[in-house]
Amino acid sequence: MSDLTTRITMPQNASKGDIIEIKVLARHIMERAIDAVGLKPSPRKIIHTFRVSYAGEEVFRMDLSTGIASNPYMSFTTVATETGVVLFEWLEDGGARHTRVQTLIVS
Amino acid sequence: MNRQGITRRTMAGGLALVPTGFALAQGIDATINRSQSDRNFEVTERELLAGRLPINSGITLDIPTLSENGNSVDVGIKVDSPWTREDHIRMVHILSEMNPFPVVARFQLGYRAGRADVATRIRLAATQKVVVLAETTRGLIHRAEQEVIVILGACLEGG
Repeated sequence: MSDLTTRITMPQNASKGDIIEIKVLARHIMERAIDAVGLKPSPRKIIHTFRVSYAGEEVFRMDLSTGIASNPYMSFTTVATETGVVLFEWLEDGGARHTRVQTLIVS
Repeated sequence: MNRQGITRRTMAGGLALVPTGFALAQGIDATINRSQSDRNFEVTERELLAGRLPINSGITLDIPTLSENGNSVDVGIKVDSPWTREDHIRMVHILSEMNPFPVVARFQLGYRAGRADVATRIRLAATQKVVVLAETTRGLIHRAEQEVIVILGACLEGG
């Protein structure tokens, strides 16, 4: 299970009810399956799902395809409801799961 | 001689098994899966609309009209919505007309998103139309499309 280099941009503090923007970047080749004459076949290897839970509840999910650029980037929003852990999960072909955790302090 | 023959045959059999095993693994983890490759864009869009007439407003699409490099095209999507518990955007689809897989991405939002404002970077195989469908919790569908001129397409061969 290789590790994943990631960069998450989000505020550390927010007021209750604020809509915060979260930007996420991961370093990943997003390899398309190769199945063409004269080329060595190789299986697809992409991040196929990205999901985010905040204080234990899923708040965002993205299904990715081979049509997503390498080093997948996504941005989305969530409402600051309570101080809690934001869990980011990347699911890769082949079953690997990569996670990152950030804490959001809500006042 | 004979033994060699058997070995070779066994190896060929073993190789033949690799793609099968791979296809199975794909079926399990791939949410946007391989079966889409033989379906075209129109069919996919019709299935997503499921007989509903899309509303051709409400979506702000931010895609460059001209993209030098199809390997990475910025896409920003905002959808107008009253954003109440009963009426908000629950899903946003990005569809591509010419890519090998028509469904490029799918965003699943919830009430806790606060608004529909997402972005990503996509691959485009050639100059084509990008369509965005946004589904509300009331079952309405907003639709927006934009033509994107791609100078250097993301490679179709082996894609």
